[in-house]
Amino acid sequence: MHKRSNEPFLWLLFSAGGVVAALLLPIHLFLFGLAFPLGWLDAPSYEKLLAIARLPVTRIYLFVLCSLPLFHWAHRFRFTLYDGLQIKHLNELINIFCYGGAVVGTAVAAYLLWTIP
Amino acid sequence: MINPTEYLPKSYHTRVSTYWWLTRWPYLKFILREASSVFVAWIVIVTLLQIQALSRGPADYAEFQNWLRNPLVLLLNVVSFFFVVFHAVTWFNLAPKAMAIRLRGNRLPNLAISGPNYIAWVVISAAVAWILLRG
Repeated sequence: MHKRSNEPFLWLLFSAGGVVAALLLPIHLFLFGLAFPLGWLDAPSYEKLLAIARLPVTRIYLFVLCSLPLFHWAHRFRFTLYDGLQIKHLNELINIFCYGGAVVGTAVAAYLLWTIP
Repeated sequence: MINPTEYLPKSYHTRVSTYWWLTRWPYLKFILREASSVFVAWIVIVTLLQIQALSRGPADYAEFQNWLRNPLVLLLNVVSFFFVVFHAVTWFNLAPKAMAIRLRGNRLPNLAISGPNYIAWVVISAAVAWILLRG
């Protein structure tokens, strides 16, 4: 019996995460990571941000924004180590670190978004 | 029967340098694209820290905002921004290669597939900015 490969499923997560990372992360990083800290634009108030973050639709949005790009990272980083640095003997460990990291990150995201007061 | 490879080494592997990707621009571009994933992960971690600080209260959130003004964090975010934009552009340009759509036997031009991706990028970015910046 041929063992069924997980690769198509992992590739799907990688691909979906790549789309989400490309469409959503640049504007988020630009605003929160550069424009607001450097004072180029006025940051929204704490109350306003919390009000937005409380909305169920924002929680789902942020969950997708955090989870899928982590699986994208897991897949790419795994092959960066594999092809780029040719660390092939640690394959098992690398897979656990990468996909495990994405699963843990997803769980943390779910917990944090669930517990927004 | 004579095996023609009998007197040849059974396997011949050239040793590939660990730094093979530094030798040509397309190789380097490939590795930079792969490396962009590390910065993608960093942005997600910052977002998770932000959500946590937001939940904990105004004082914690102010502290988080101060942390974002730390020169090292700013530098990392500048680098991350370039990498994530590099990721976005290479990703959208790859889309036509990943989805070869045929219409009446002809392959759709690349721009017909990458174009809508770029439009979606602009529209979504503008929407996020509008929600955060209005009023």
